[in-house]
This record gives sequence, C-alpha cells and structure tokens, in this order.
Amino acid sequence: MANETIPHLTAFDGAALDAAFSALEQQARAAAAALDGEAAIEAFRLEWLGRKQGRLNDISSRWLKSAPAEAKKALGQRFNGLKTVVEELLDAATGAGPTDAALQAEALDITLPGTARLTGAEHPITRTMNEIVSVFAALGYSVGVGPEVETDYYNFESMNFPPGHPARDTQDTLVMAGQERRPQRDRLLLRTHTSPVQMRTMELQPPPVRIVIPGKVHRNDAQDATHSPIFHQVEGLCVDTNITFSDLKGTLDHAMKALFGSSVKTRFFPSFFPFTEPSADVQISCIFCGGKGCRKCKQSGWIELLGCGMVDPAVFAFAAQKQPAYDAKKISGFAFGMGVERIAMMKYGISEIGQFFAGDMRFLGQFV
Amino acid sequence: MKILTKWLRAYLPGLPVDDVRLAEDLTLRGIAVDGVYPLGEGNGSLYEMDITTNRVDAMNHYGVAREAAAIYGLKLPELAYALPQVRPAGHPFPVAIEAKDACGRFTARVLRGVTIGASRDWFAGAEVATYFELLEQKMISNAVDATNYAWLAMGQPTHAFDLDKIEGGIVVRRAKKGERLKTLDGVERALDPEDLVVADHGKALALAGVMGGWDSMITPETKNVLVEAAWFEPMAVRRTARRHGLHTDASHRFERGADFNAAPVASAMVSAILLANGGWIDGELVDVRVEDMEARTAKRPPVELQLGEIQRILGATEDAQGIAAATVEEVLRALGCKLSSRSPAAGQNAAPASWRVSLPSWRLDVEREIDLIEEVARVYGYNRFANTLPAFGAGVRALPWYEAETSMRRTLLAAGFHEAIASTFCSAAEAELTAPQPGVAPPLGNPLSEEAGVMRPSLVPGMLAMVTGNLNRDVSDVRLFELGTVFSGTLANGSVEKVEERPALAFGAAGMLPEESALRAARAMDFFDVKGMVEQLLQRFETRSVYFDRFEAEDGMTPQWLHPYRAARVVVDGLTVGWLGQLHPRQAAARKVKETVFLGELYLDRLYKLPVRRPVAREISRFQTVRRDFSLVLDKKIAWDTIDRAVAGLRMPELVDWRVREVFHDAKLGRNEYALLLGATFQAADRTLREEELRSYQERVVEAVGKVGARLRS
Repeated sequence: MANETIPHLTAFDGAALDAAFSALEQQARAAAAALDGEAAIEAFRLEWLGRKQGRLNDISSRWLKSAPAEAKKALGQRFNGLKTVVEELLDAATGAGPTDAALQAEALDITLPGTARLTGAEHPITRTMNEIVSVFAALGYSVGVGPEVETDYYNFESMNFPPGHPARDTQDTLVMAGQERRPQRDRLLLRTHTSPVQMRTMELQPPPVRIVIPGKVHRNDAQDATHSPIFHQVEGLCVDTNITFSDLKGTLDHAMKALFGSSVKTRFFPSFFPFTEPSADVQISCIFCGGKGCRKCKQSGWIELLGCGMVDPAVFAFAAQKQPAYDAKKISGFAFGMGVERIAMMKYGISEIGQFFAGDMRFLGQFV
Repeated sequence: MKILTKWLRAYLPGLPVDDVRLAEDLTLRGIAVDGVYPLGEGNGSLYEMDITTNRVDAMNHYGVAREAAAIYGLKLPELAYALPQVRPAGHPFPVAIEAKDACGRFTARVLRGVTIGASRDWFAGAEVATYFELLEQKMISNAVDATNYAWLAMGQPTHAFDLDKIEGGIVVRRAKKGERLKTLDGVERALDPEDLVVADHGKALALAGVMGGWDSMITPETKNVLVEAAWFEPMAVRRTARRHGLHTDASHRFERGADFNAAPVASAMVSAILLANGGWIDGELVDVRVEDMEARTAKRPPVELQLGEIQRILGATEDAQGIAAATVEEVLRALGCKLSSRSPAAGQNAAPASWRVSLPSWRLDVEREIDLIEEVARVYGYNRFANTLPAFGAGVRALPWYEAETSMRRTLLAAGFHEAIASTFCSAAEAELTAPQPGVAPPLGNPLSEEAGVMRPSLVPGMLAMVTGNLNRDVSDVRLFELGTVFSGTLANGSVEKVEERPALAFGAAGMLPEESALRAARAMDFFDVKGMVEQLLQRFETRSVYFDRFEAEDGMTPQWLHPYRAARVVVDGLTVGWLGQLHPRQAAARKVKETVFLGELYLDRLYKLPVRRPVAREISRFQTVRRDFSLVLDKKIAWDTIDRAVAGLRMPELVDWRVREVFHDAKLGRNEYALLLGATFQAADRTLREEELRSYQERVVEAVGKVGARLRS
C-alpha cells in the first residue's frame, strides 16, 4: 500500500505549521479509529512510523530540511507532538486486541460439561474417626493406638472382666487358634473393644493422662444391616487428680455439640460396664428432628450414642501393678467409647453397615 | 423381660405417677424400659425392659417395685405369705450340703396330699391367672405355675420334686464319675465330676441351679411334693450350665448372684399356690445354711462410705447445695442399706461425714464404696450433675506416623484413588499366595467362615476382592487404596503364640485415568500410572536412594500374584518396601477378570522409619534455561535406568533436569534396537549460558550415554 504523501509546505510561520500538523493529526486519528485487526495496525504503523517511507520520516526529511533556520525549533516541537500522538494511537490500537468479529469466531459452547480431574475420597470411617479425634485433640487429648490382636489380660481381665464372668458373654470374641492350652491371661484374641489401650497407656505413663484411641475391633457377630464382625471405636481416657463425673458430663456434652452442632443436647443414663463405676450411656437429642420425635429416633427424640463412666478402682489397681501412681484414693478418671460406624451411618444417612467394607466405587465416590 | 405395671402397683399402691412417667423415671435411673404397651382399661401397661446384666435383682416385679419405691420415697411392704398350720413331722426332712463351696443355702418344704391340676384362684385378686394372662404366660399346672410365679414376682428360681421319687433325703454334691441324669428337656446327660447336682441318697435328681431331672418331676399323679428354694454359687452354676450347653432362667440368675435371703420367701410363695388346691405342710421348713457363704452374701461386713469421697468422684451438681448427707441416707436406705453414721468431730448435731453401710442381700453387685457412690448418683439422677470441664493436662501428642500417613493419604486421594477398608481376614490359600514374608498367617480358632480362616498377612487379598467386586458390578473404572494392618504369627503345635502387626498400604486400579471429559477420549491406566503414584508417595519421605527392579520369572522373586515381566520391586535405601505391577494373568483368569488390573503393596513399617520430607526453599535462578533433546538409539537390553545413571554420573550442576521425552520402536532401526528421546535442561545459577559452554555440556552427555551403549540417531 502506497503511503499518502505529505503536502508540500510553503509557509513556516506558526499558523501555517499549526494548520499543517493539525490536519495530519486528524488524518492519523481517523485512520486509527478505523483500524481493524492486526494487519491493519501493522499497515498504520508502517504508514506513519515506517523507517523508509513513513509519513513522519517524510516530514523530518522534507519539511525540516527545507525549513528556514528560525522556524526549525517550532517545527521540531510540533513534529514531536505529532509523533507522540501517533505512537499513543498505535499503542491504544494494539492494546485493544482483536475485534469482536475475530473473537466471535473463537466462541465455545460453554454449556458443555467441564473436564474433571477426579480426586479420591477419604473413607467415611476415616473421616468420622478423624473428626472425633480432632474434637478431643482440641480439648488437650493425645492420640494413642494399640494392637488388634490382644491378650485376654488386656482385653478382659485388666478391664475388670474376671475369668468366667458373665459380662464376657456380651462380647462374642474371635480367638486365635489353639489358645486353650495357654494360660488364660496370655490367650490371644481379636480385641472386642478399644478399651485395652486404656491399660496399655496407663502402664506406660503415670497420670495425668488425656488420650483418645481410634481403632478397629472385631466380634464374632453375624452380619446384618447394623452389625458387622469388623467395626471401629474411638476410646477416650482422662486421669488426673480431681477428675469428676461432672467433668465427664461436661466433656462429652461439649464433644457432642462439636460433632453434631451446638443445639444438640445430651442426657446420661445409668448403665453397666465392668471397667467403669459409675457407668453411663449417653443419648443426644435427635439430630434429624431436633428432639420432636421421628422415625430415626423411634419417636423418642433421643439417640443413644456412647458409653462412658468413671474408671473403676479395680482397673486402677491393675494399672498400679506397673505404675504405682494409679492410686484410686488419690487420682480419679473417666473413660468413654463410641462406635464410629454408628455415628458415620447417622451423619451420612447410610443404611447398611456392610457398605463400609465392600470397596464399592459408587458408594465411596459419594464422599469426595 | 416383661413387667406389668398392674403388678407393680399391687406392691406400691401409692405410686404418684402414670405408667409413661414411671417408665421414664425408671429408665433415667438405670432400670431401662424399652417400650410401654398399654393393656387396656384397668390392666395398666406392659413394660419391655432392657436391664443391664449386673442388675439381676431388678429383673422381676418386686425388684422393679423396689427401685420405684426408692425414686418416689415410698415404703415397699415386705413379701409375706400366710401358710396353713404345719403338721409336726416326726423327723425333719434330711438335707445335707456336701459341696459347701458351691451351695450356700438349701431350703426344703414337704407338702403332702396335694392335687396337681389347674391353678386355683389364689388370694383375693386371683393374681396368678390375671398376671399370667396379661404377660401371655401359659398356665400349665399349679406346680409349674407356682414356680413361674415366684420367678416372675421375685426372680428366685425354685423347684418342686415328686417327693415319692426321692430316696432318703437330699444331698447337694458334685456328680460322681460316670453318673448320668435325664434332665427335664428329655436329654440323657453324662455328668462331669465337677457338675453340681441335687441328689437323693441314691442318685442325682437335678442339675443344681440349672435344670430339674426327668424322673423326679411333678406329674398329674404326684401326691407329695418337696419344694426346693436354694442359693447356689455363681461360678459353680455357670460352669455346670456351660458344660451342658444350657442357659436357663435359673442358671441366668444364679450365675449373676441370687438373693441369699429369698429362699424361704419364695418357698412360702410356691407352697401357698400349691396348697390352694388342698394338702398340708408336713413339718417345719428345713433350712440348711453354709456359714461361710452367708458371710460372703447376706452377712457381708459393712462398707465405709465418706461424703468427701462421694464429692471427689461425682463433682458438681446443678443444685448449688450438692449431694447432702441427708440425700445419701435417703437414697441408700430406700435401696435396702442400713446406715450407721459417724458424725464429724465438730459436734453431735452436725451432719454425718461418713457412714458404715450394711449391704442388702439382694445386691451382690454392690460391695465397695464406689458401688455405693454409683447408687447415690444413679438415684439422685445423672442429669442433675453439672457439666464441667477438667483443666488441661500435658501437651498433645499425635501418633508418630500421623504426618507420614496423612501425607500419603493426600497423595493417593489427589491421584484419584478412593480409600477403602477390606476384611481383616482371608482364606489360608490367599494368605499363602500373598504373604510377603515367610511366617504364618495366624489362624483363628473360631473363624467366621473358611474364607475368613486366617488373619491377613497382606492387604492384597482384600484389595483383589474389592477390585473384582467392582468389575463384577460393571463398574469398570476402579481406583482403590487401603491403609491397614497386616499380621504374621508364630505357631507352636497348632497354637498361635505371638502375632506381629504391621501397617501396610495396598492399591488397585483398572480402567481409565481419573479424568472425566466431554471432549477428549479417556486414556486407560497403565503400569506407569501406578508406578508414578508410588514414586510420588516415596517423595513424601527423605530417602537416599529409590529404585525399581524386576526379576526373571525363574528367579522366583516376584510375588505370585504379579505378572513376572510387568512387575517391579520397590527398593528404598537398600530395603524392599513393596511391589507393584499388573495382576498375573493366571490370577486374573482364576477370578474371571478380563480387564487389566494393576495393583501393589507397600510395607509401611519400613517407610515410617524414614523422616517425612521437609520442603526447603531454594533460590530460583534468574537466568534462562536451555533445553536440548538427544535422539538415542539403544539395544533393547539397555533399560532407561542405565541411561539415567550414566547422565546422573556426570554430576553436572548446570544440567538441572533430564528425562525421557519419548520411547519409540521403529522398523528402520535394527531388530534389537529402539529409540529414545532424551530431553535435557541446562541452567546456571549465576549466569546466562554461552553457546560454547552448552556445546561442551552436550558433548559430555553424548559421551556419557555413548559409554553405556547409546548412539545418536543420525
């Protein structure tokens, strides 16, 4: 494209220069306004700023050269002014980017579904267990664990289930092969609760103790919608001077509110566990109906959630065999235990406990 | 267990609340009523009870009434039965307790001239018939109904013998070797010398505290009856019942501790019902007691109870007054305790600070100060205690491997794998196939099934079951992992002596990569996807060296569940930490799996010994990076890691990264050759690299790979 040549300049007085430059500036502005696409912008740049044939180059080579010496300064000033304007126009045109038409050609159907990089889901049991543990960690509880294969001593005897005691009947136990020949206290079995870790913890550490124990337990139970031979518990133990039943109540009330919402209420019932005295069952106000009564809470407004109690002095006596500081006359403590599956089933609306252990992608994928 | 409120109200006519409220009050005090079923006008309600095993004393109407009396401060009348005048006997009926360690009390009453038949109305209110009907308890005959009535009323097992079948008198003793007894259920039993029996002078008559005998049972022809009401020692009854696989109402009660003093009352109750159809009492009640046993039950020494201890254990109440001495006395007296108070030194009029408490014979579960404290708390009401929080203890400690496990779980989740939990058990055959090290998978003594016969030595069986389970359900994209425990045991003569537990990780995958796109076709997962995940997992730890290797099939090193040529051993700092690869086609076929399955297992006990990697920030170079690619031709025997090690061996600081860009097999190459595009990136921390420098670096790379057999493709 041939550049439009610049007009021949005859007069170099201020008015003539003004008129000449303002005409050029108008032309530049008009041209810049019509710029359409990258090619046009490049052509505009060449037309005005091109090193060989650009119009500003023409001005400098023709007008400046032919100007009388006294007019050179005024002309130079106006020349620089025009150059600045052109450069600004060019910048503005470049910055404006492609035109709408060009953009439209790149239109996408944004209603197509997005591409998902699928992430995995934490198991609902892990998730629930971690939630419970962190509530107690915030209350100053450390985390402990113990073996899944236990001795009769830790699982039963030291938890105040004497050999032959009827309370053992309530926990159908899976045992290792060939234990009949071994001394009762050494017999190996699959722990039926996480409570043995209470004893293991106390044997290793004098009071104070504040510990929460998540873990897997097993019982010789037939599988049905709410029973599984494999399940999980979270156990808690707090031992110190001056630990009271009202501390137990306050701690669990706080924990239930932290887990199920601040409007949840708790109530405590006398119960029986060989390793606590007094023992209690804890109910929370129904999280589905708020306590009014519904199908989930069998119209009672309450849901039974965990067992707890003050550590039985007999349990402290077992611990004192290794740590004499567990003197029931000087210290006291409470313990509690809850079933993780039950809580997870309630929180997530799961109806079959067996789903936790089937590894079904469709079930697990819901917990992403 | 079922309780009639009509019956309760007969004992406590002054009960101030309705049946629903009574149920709630009982429940809140540990006598749990699970359901309340109204029985119609004038009949009260039926309670379905769920009473904890320690409270056998409350598993009957009088026991529940005792609890209700304690709650509302009512007086519970004692059970008493007016019996007809006794006709004096020449000699008392002979009763001897030989097994003094197992029988504490035996009462015998002789009734003669009785008529066995339907129960007559008894007392004014015809209780037997009414109560039995409401309880849907079948009426059988006056003899059976009488013992059932005593059971339902006061939870005391009793037994009626046909007196004419008894030779001489009663002896409570251990069974003799070879002795046999046909029990009421019609089973002929060989007795164990440890079994406790009620016998006559010739033979065993009944399994004591468990079940009566066939030959001495009451029949319609029975004219003379011996009524037994006794107290047997819990362990003796439990062992006898266990040995014979029996669990009866009687054994249930005796195992958990019966009331030592209930026998004469229950005997009178049974006799009264039987005698309503005629007959007379022949002689006074014979009551043989073992002093030693009585001292351990009905005459236990009093227990010291201190008010201060009650407060130390129970803490704050919502009522500012707290648990006062008066409350303690009121509660314990209502439960049948006798209290003698000890006033503090301050003066005679001050409230007592401690008591000596005599314990009721029916509460063998109460024997220590703490048990009395529980009774006080229970009847006072658990929900009247304040909610307080203990002070903070020491600092909080997390599990030592918490960070490592969390970090690995995060990596696995980010890779699109769902966390799963499989069975802790597997079959012996699966254990054999997958056990990572020698040693035995501990067998169970009472497994849930044969398929669950042993503790898993590896997470692989569970992972395989879950992966194939999904594929069988037509879920074709499977990505699962499990963080779990594996077991190995030491066995001696078939008995598991020791079990070791180790943490492990398993993963399994089939189908497509975890990307869901409307626009692009999904790519199938391959070996390198799972290997890449393992590499990322290992990067969470501080390691000195990580490598993967493979063994020829005949080496027998590769686990049998893996494809021998598509499997890798994972070695970290010289230790095998796991295996990964493609499921062995033989195993796939055995499981009818057509899809390609990748899986692996890492032994976390080994990884958890390594410190978790701490990120350290380095200065990022301001200078340009330069990338150079080298197209190499290699013999097929030369694996990438040979090239990798050759390049690493250069230890060239400016060579900041090198990697495989592409691997291709080309017909234009030699038959045993393949081509590999090696990409190298150079950068200096302190300068822009000059062309001559770069050229010399490139030459060194070419030279290094050349030494291990690579040539540049022209």
